[in-house]
Amino acid sequence: MIRFRKGDNERSGLFTRRALLLGGAQAVLLSALAGRLYQLQVLDTQRFATLAEENRINLRLLPPSRGLIFDRTGQPLAVNRNNYRAMVSADRGRGAEMLIERLDQVFGLADAEKVRLLRELRRSRNAQPSVVRENLNWEEVARLEFNAPDLPGVFIDLGQTRDYPEGELMSHIIGYTGRVSDEDLNGRDDPVLQLATMRFGKKGAERSLEDDLRGRAGAVQVEVNAVGRVVRELDRTEGQPGANALLTIDLDLQRFAATKLKQQQEQAGAEHQSGAVVVLDVITGDVLAMVSQPGFDPNMFARGITQTEWRDLLDNPERPLNNKAISGVYPPGSTYKMVTALAALDSKAIDPWTVLPCNGFIELGDIKFHCWLKGGHGGLSVQGAIAASCDCFFYECARRAGVDRISEMANRLGFGRVSELGLPGESAGIQPSRQWKQEKYSKAWQQGDTFNLGIGQGYMNATPLQLAIMTARIANGGYEVQPNILLAKAAPREELAPPPVRTKPTAANLRIDPKHMAIVRQGMSDVVNTGAGTANALRFDPTTNRPLEPALQFAGKTGTAQVKRITEHERAMGITQEQLPWHLRHHGLFVCFGPVENPRYACAVVIEHGMAGFNAGKIGKDVLVETMRRDPSRHMERYKKMAAR
Amino acid sequence: MTSVSLGAPPAPAFSERIWRINWGLVLVLTAIAGIGVLALYSAAGGRYDPWAARHAMRYGAALGVLLIVALIHPRVWLTLAWPIYALAMLLLVAVDVIGKTGMGAQRWLVVGPLQIQPSEIAKVAVILVLARYYHGLTREQAGRFLYTLPPLLVILAPVGLVMVQPDLGTALMVLLGGAALLFVAGVRIWMFLTAGVGAVACLPVAWSFMHEYQRKRVLTFLDPDRDPLGAGYHITQSKIAIGSGGLLGKGFLQGTQSSLNFLPEKQTDFIFTTFVEEWGMVGALVLLALFALVLVWGFSIAMRSQHHFGRLVALGVTAMMFLYVFINTAMVMGLLPVVGVPLPLVSNGGTAMVSVMFACGLLIGVNVYRDAQLPRAGR
Repeated sequence: MIRFRKGDNERSGLFTRRALLLGGAQAVLLSALAGRLYQLQVLDTQRFATLAEENRINLRLLPPSRGLIFDRTGQPLAVNRNNYRAMVSADRGRGAEMLIERLDQVFGLADAEKVRLLRELRRSRNAQPSVVRENLNWEEVARLEFNAPDLPGVFIDLGQTRDYPEGELMSHIIGYTGRVSDEDLNGRDDPVLQLATMRFGKKGAERSLEDDLRGRAGAVQVEVNAVGRVVRELDRTEGQPGANALLTIDLDLQRFAATKLKQQQEQAGAEHQSGAVVVLDVITGDVLAMVSQPGFDPNMFARGITQTEWRDLLDNPERPLNNKAISGVYPPGSTYKMVTALAALDSKAIDPWTVLPCNGFIELGDIKFHCWLKGGHGGLSVQGAIAASCDCFFYECARRAGVDRISEMANRLGFGRVSELGLPGESAGIQPSRQWKQEKYSKAWQQGDTFNLGIGQGYMNATPLQLAIMTARIANGGYEVQPNILLAKAAPREELAPPPVRTKPTAANLRIDPKHMAIVRQGMSDVVNTGAGTANALRFDPTTNRPLEPALQFAGKTGTAQVKRITEHERAMGITQEQLPWHLRHHGLFVCFGPVENPRYACAVVIEHGMAGFNAGKIGKDVLVETMRRDPSRHMERYKKMAAR
Repeated sequence: MTSVSLGAPPAPAFSERIWRINWGLVLVLTAIAGIGVLALYSAAGGRYDPWAARHAMRYGAALGVLLIVALIHPRVWLTLAWPIYALAMLLLVAVDVIGKTGMGAQRWLVVGPLQIQPSEIAKVAVILVLARYYHGLTREQAGRFLYTLPPLLVILAPVGLVMVQPDLGTALMVLLGGAALLFVAGVRIWMFLTAGVGAVACLPVAWSFMHEYQRKRVLTFLDPDRDPLGAGYHITQSKIAIGSGGLLGKGFLQGTQSSLNFLPEKQTDFIFTTFVEEWGMVGALVLLALFALVLVWGFSIAMRSQHHFGRLVALGVTAMMFLYVFINTAMVMGLLPVVGVPLPLVSNGGTAMVSVMFACGLLIGVNVYRDAQLPRAGR
């Protein structure tokens, strides 16, 4: 009995000691928990609070609606169209493959698309959603909705896609948009550009007006759950839609010019059809029409161009992606003779009455420089030489003026530099000079080079736009008018008062003697309106077969630019242009302005390998007469209406 | 032996027994369960369905179990210890063979409408058997190595079976709970040291037996950043939730981490996180203090028991409570690997609730019958 008690007391004592030890250990461990709580909830709470917010709050940008583009008469050139697209929010890297596999079952994704999606889904944790497929039709939308339970994070988004109602006709001027590339981001930190659905101007006005058209992004703060689904909206800031752009182009005139260019070449039966037309307002510099043929359908780019389509565009010898009006360079040929004439007159190398002889060629050393007219023109003064396009006169004229004065005059008239009219891809052409040749070829300038330059051949290269600028500056009496493509920008629904009709150039005067200008203009008028002119057939109104009424009378200058040197052998054989392959034939050029009294419009036409300037002249005449009839510079009635869209 | 029972005071009257029930402890337990209802209500996004209402009802039922168990004489448990243990082992084997797989492990046994988790029964059974065993030993015997072998077997058999399921958390609890009992029963310190060294030496072997997901959890615990979106996701998100709660919490129903499903298992193993995100450090300390009260109560009941069986049972239950709370909270705070131990009375789940309340019933029963005279042989 006693032993029993004693034993139990012993056990109880040991138990108590050890139980206290155990309890102490537990107390220590519980204190450790409290310490951990203190560490997490007091010391580090800021950091965790931030992390929790990042988890929960997702800032989603609302892409602004892109500004619309209109022509000067209010016709839409680039608009936005609703686009249902399947989007997928980044899934934190878990189950991305499986999701893509399921999407593949619904849509049938191409391998490249799968790779792109997987990359985008994995790219970053709080990434903006990625695009699975654009331009869903109703069936695809329905299929997606039906499979929604199996497609976590996939949703349908109503976005906008660019639509170009005029298609090919305006392709080079409007250009197109595409996914934002890394170089597009250069210097732009607008966060909206990070959106997968965002499009960026790649060519044409879409490119040059990008920063205006884009607008400002709105933002919506949403609370998302662990799989990225939006639970509720916390805050919304509306964005600012992009500005609308009103171009100087007259769409109907543009269409007219394009049709004429096409018709003429079809009638000529050319193997390829390639050319450009530019119409300028000589007072304001507005580009009223700018056609480059052939074009392409920019809607292909809007909906996503295929590899084959892209290859076809690149491989086409007619270079449809190229805007030949501003980036195609051609020897101006005889259309350059006004420059030579003005350089010689202004430098007093000749005077208006100087008569220079022409008997078919000029010899320089043992090289013969031929006039286009076998047997020569006899003797001509400058006005007659322009009208008859006598080469010999301008060889001598150039020799007397010298290369320095000619290239200086050419620079004043707009050659050898880009005009910055507001479209990307403009070429400066080549206005050769002593210095230029030295730098380019490390060779001294030769007298023969001056002869060639005098008739716009040799090294000389210019774009159709530069020819139109030259013509405009001659037509307006020597004002340094600059071409421009943008008539106005307007915030959406902003009403703009129509600008006053301008009748006097505001540009700087080039300070060329007006008398000399008048003589050159008269020479150009004679080209068309006298029997001696190289394009005198154009003076008739084709409908009545009588000379054009005075208000529509115009002046012009033909040009035929050699692509390939004509050898003495060929000259002797009398080989005609038709016998040459297309790509070796002469380019046909024509510049013109009108009306002769009080000129308002200038036009330049280039037909690639069109054989003769007269072929271009027919188009130039039709387009210029149509322009004068329409007189777009004085008709601004619809301006207000289009601005307010 | 008869002289012992002759000298013993008569069993307390029924009213006396009711009076001796630790109603304060019952109140604390109810408060903890109340916090559980609150947290589950919030975890369901402010709805009683599907967890909070059932949790409250379950607690009511479990409270009944507690009271009945508390009024059963320890002699009965002394008698039933081995049969219960045998039953638990049988069920554990059964669950390994035919059990239902839940969360990648076989833990459940479906008997009619009931889902039984035999490992929960095993926890209580091990306590009862060990208490009964050491109740019959003298202090000298308890200190002997040979007498330590049977209890080791008693502990390791269920541990092994639970590990196979695999349920690392429960295995750990049975092992550590058993060790605590051996410790207070008088097993020599050097044996614990040897076992500890041996366990460390066996770690590589254990590693090779671990499941891939268990290894991943251990690695993740050691370095949660190695896979913040995969295996480390739970711990990272849980720490964010607790930390962002701050001192005072985000407020009831205002927790963003759990309501937006960033937290996994928010209604079971991570319920503490859900609660603490909304109630802050203050709430966490209150909850931990309530648990600490339960532990203090347990210790004091153990100390006041006149019989060794009662002491050991009370301490075993207390140790079990402590292990539940410590492993769970340390786990969600990133101090321990994620092993899958619920927070007693707070986490959603029926079997754990019943087994914890059953254990607490035993604890209170020790107090009710604290001066009972129990024969050493158990009979």
